[in-house]
Amino acid sequence: MTTQTDLKPARRPPVGPLLGRVARLPKAAQAGLLALGVGVAVWLPNGIYSGVAMDMLCWALFAVSVDLLLGYTGLLSFGHAAFWGTAAYSTALLAVHAHVVFPIAVLAGAGASAVLALPIGYLAVRRTGIYFAMVTLAFAQMVYYVANEWRSVTGGENGLQGVPRELFGLDLSDTYYLYYAALPIAAAGLFAAWRIVNSPFGRVLVSIRDNPARTRALGYSVRRYKITAFVLSAFLAGLGGGLFAIAHGFVSLDTVHWTTSGEAVIVVVLGGIGTLWGGVIGSVLLVWLEDRLSVAGFTLVGLITGSIFVVVVLAFRRGIWGTVRALFHRERDGRR
Amino acid sequence: MLRIENLSAGYGQAEVLREVWMHVGTGEVVTLCGRNGAGKTTLLRCVMGLHRQQRGAVTFLGRGLANVPAHQRARRGLGWVPDDRGVYATLSVAENLLLPLPTSPHGWRVEQVFEMFPVLYARRNSPATRLSGGEQRMLALARVLRTGARLLLCDEPTEGLSPLLMAQVGEIIRHIKDTGGTVLLVEQNLRFAATVADRHYLLAEGRIVDALDNSEVQARFYELLDHLGI
Repeated sequence: MTTQTDLKPARRPPVGPLLGRVARLPKAAQAGLLALGVGVAVWLPNGIYSGVAMDMLCWALFAVSVDLLLGYTGLLSFGHAAFWGTAAYSTALLAVHAHVVFPIAVLAGAGASAVLALPIGYLAVRRTGIYFAMVTLAFAQMVYYVANEWRSVTGGENGLQGVPRELFGLDLSDTYYLYYAALPIAAAGLFAAWRIVNSPFGRVLVSIRDNPARTRALGYSVRRYKITAFVLSAFLAGLGGGLFAIAHGFVSLDTVHWTTSGEAVIVVVLGGIGTLWGGVIGSVLLVWLEDRLSVAGFTLVGLITGSIFVVVVLAFRRGIWGTVRALFHRERDGRR
Repeated sequence: MLRIENLSAGYGQAEVLREVWMHVGTGEVVTLCGRNGAGKTTLLRCVMGLHRQQRGAVTFLGRGLANVPAHQRARRGLGWVPDDRGVYATLSVAENLLLPLPTSPHGWRVEQVFEMFPVLYARRNSPATRLSGGEQRMLALARVLRTGARLLLCDEPTEGLSPLLMAQVGEIIRHIKDTGGTVLLVEQNLRFAATVADRHYLLAEGRIVDALDNSEVQARFYELLDHLGI
């Protein structure tokens, strides 16, 4: 007689592919969205001003870097402008003084940000929540101070100007062509971020976000994972910052100002925390909106974008992309 | 396997554990019984290294655990099944099972887990947050079994479970014991504890007030229930 406590099923259940479709769109939808994204990215400078398209690339990387930390690790950093700006300055200095081709300069700039992130992250992750945010803000302010005072290197308030666009003699003076030269770098950065969050490492980050104590009890060194995530995030932010410097041809103190960190957090919230592509969508929308408002002659751009942000946050708690995803899952679950 | 000597712990000014002495032998199932607030969960957290404010000595497999961080204690073979179910809500059942770091070659394979917990196989792609309370407890237990932990610290694994699931948990604990595992079980349900344990410790106001073999439980059952406030 089979008892109610009989644990063995009648036949061994096939395990099959373990990681199913729980938090993911169906493969066909994923492929479709990927194709759409690639298509839009390739078409973009043909539809809008190429300088705006470049800014979208840069800010997409910045937003994704912030979301990797905020959405997937649970760490809110108000100091990421330090890495965005450090990479911008480093990239610019290499391009101006050493005439390094811009892809190498950008990678080196991102590397500089990662190196800077190591001691900052080592100290900052000793704290959590608002205290972590304050520590990162404090370090960013230190970077701002150094950038402001080290005038012989950074130009101080005047910034660094005349940043060239070197690429083996190719003429990239037209930002339209620079966009396509920079697109592979941006795509590689976004792919790296996607790969990170969809990996065992990414799952551990999510578990740390949800409950660090429990994750420690499973044998993971939470601090080491946090530091690693922090450095990776800084590298991605640095990629964006380096491209930003090349695209604009100058670097100013704004790149290391704490409000730049705040803007990155805003675009992530706008698009959807913990969705990765939400940050891309948020940054594309915000950059486009600011450009349109400026072109239309509005002077209170910040007031308008701030108001839109408030409305979106109140109406779409999960952010734009987060809401779309949730609606899709609800629709799919309802049909089952 | 586990020896606790003169362990005291607290939260701020409040002392929750006072000079606790106890041990768990290899292959034993030992329960820690007591009323709410007796210090049972705090004791497990001290053993796991998740509670900082503590004094005394905890020795596991002959090695002291002083200044050993929690993640290294887990790698040495301690496994913790928390009382709050402990699943990662945003991960699927399968992802929860893939997360643990194996600490020994004796960790359960995923196939073994699904064979022992067929409900988890059926829900393997569901977010853990969609599972019922009982299913989440199963998942939390299964996740620790995946690590191959030599000593399981289970905090009230039957709380809120139906009699059927409670019996299933009992089967699993007996299976763990039969296959050489060791369990330190925090449990308020004395009837359940008596079906699985070899020995019991009674904890009251942070102190061990009694230690008894399972064979004594029947004779002192109502006295123990009274002590537990049931």
